[in-house]
Amino acid sequence: MKTTTRLALALSAAALVLTVGASHAQDRMKIRIGTEGAYPPFNNLTSAGQLEGFDIDIARALCEEMNAECEFITQDWDGIIPALQAGKFDAIIASMSITPERSEQVDFSKKYYNTPPAIAAPKDTDITGVTKEALAGKTVGAQGATTHFNFSEATYTDSDIRAYPTAQEYQLDLANGRLDAVNDDVVVLSEWLATPDGECCKIVGTITPVEEIHGPGAGIAVRKGETELADRFSQAIDAIRANGKYQAINEKYFDFDVYGG
Amino acid sequence: MSEIAPASVVEKPPAPPRPWTGERIAGAVLLGLWLLCGIGLVAYLVAAWKPELFQRYLPYYLSGLGVTLTLVGLSIVFGALLSVPIAWMRLSQNRVLGGLAYVYVYFFRGTPLIAQTFLIYYGLGSFRPELQALGLWTFFREAWYCAILAFTLNTAAYQAEILRGAIESVSRGQWEAASALGLSKLQTLWKIVLPQAMIVALRPYGNEIILMIKGSAIVAIITVYDLMGETRRAYSRTFDFQTYIWAAIIYLAIVELLRNIVDWIERRITVHLKR
Repeated sequence: MKTTTRLALALSAAALVLTVGASHAQDRMKIRIGTEGAYPPFNNLTSAGQLEGFDIDIARALCEEMNAECEFITQDWDGIIPALQAGKFDAIIASMSITPERSEQVDFSKKYYNTPPAIAAPKDTDITGVTKEALAGKTVGAQGATTHFNFSEATYTDSDIRAYPTAQEYQLDLANGRLDAVNDDVVVLSEWLATPDGECCKIVGTITPVEEIHGPGAGIAVRKGETELADRFSQAIDAIRANGKYQAINEKYFDFDVYGG
Repeated sequence: MSEIAPASVVEKPPAPPRPWTGERIAGAVLLGLWLLCGIGLVAYLVAAWKPELFQRYLPYYLSGLGVTLTLVGLSIVFGALLSVPIAWMRLSQNRVLGGLAYVYVYFFRGTPLIAQTFLIYYGLGSFRPELQALGLWTFFREAWYCAILAFTLNTAAYQAEILRGAIESVSRGQWEAASALGLSKLQTLWKIVLPQAMIVALRPYGNEIILMIKGSAIVAIITVYDLMGETRRAYSRTFDFQTYIWAAIIYLAIVELLRNIVDWIERRITVHLKR
């Protein structure tokens, strides 16, 4: 399977160079894309069980640009990198931040968006900032195995940091008062705060990303060594940013530029 | 006394022949395969040995192990206490009491522990105003207490059934004989029935503790970082599969230790049954 994918990849890349897109239909490659499906508004499942979100729309646009046939596979966040390595899918498009730790295991495309992390807390909170001192003695939640959890553990050393399996669980615990604050992407938090369930809480402030922990933004992960595929994704990202598709998807979900500086 | 004539010495019978049957060969091959797997595992661990990984995560593993053992220990003890009235209700002639206990056992044995834990922590967590009015929120606020409650309720159901089965395994005649001798019901239970029932119950109790040790690995979903939770944390940082192998070895060691303890107790309490 692996070799056939590689072969198809090499062939289609060669074909692309040779024919300069003269006969796309013949060499449609197949890419299986892994995503989490529990991280709205980037990727989540509708009540009907369909995937939707910014990551999903971007993935579809990239596949169209690369003239590839894409299939989505949902996978728990904890096991998403091992599943990629085991060949369950060929790429991860799931708002995965490009970090040094992950870069040792997988190869990344260039970033396709970058939004800052933030702290959310109940509306009547006495937390006034996002510094270590402001959160001292507080209970802070984050999704486990994320840059946000790693950042919280490294930064808020005077706080009690709790790891949750997905964003939904820490949201429940912030709403019912078990948590004093949560740390996640500002867009994910804002999306939740805008729903009736998020009425309890507000954004206290955004955090300046730390390069070593947060990385340059979210990228598309492929198996180590499959740099051709990563490069094709990077080229496709440039292409959809140039032809306006990216901006259209951006506008569908957000009223600001998620690509970041 | 009289000398034993040398002629009366009985010759030791010759050892029975042990031909290499198909079964024996298959057995040896299988054993060899297992040995190879074991050697492979050890070789892998030696090859993958990273002192800095060990140094960094050993304290996490130890704290996780402590959490697992404390959680299971407390739950088993509280569960044992709770199982006594439930077993008594199950054994009672009263239909209402029997029915209540039956439903309790039916529910907790029939649903997964992970669902029970999730319901108690996140499910009850959404009834905060009601729990606060009852003064129970300080209890349910803490993931640790919720975990102990969930595990206690679950193991109590299993332990009640073990206890009931063991008591029922002692024949009716023992009760009648004790009654004929003028012993009260409680005396009969304590002095006659339970000592015999406990021999029957020992193995299932050992199994239940082992199942709880392994079952407790799900507790990380409610943010309690037990051995498995710490393993997942270490894995999410290193992406190194040996983190899971270490966890498996630790769980295996606990279970093996428990098995030996149960064996030892059984040998002690069944001395009078050995011929």
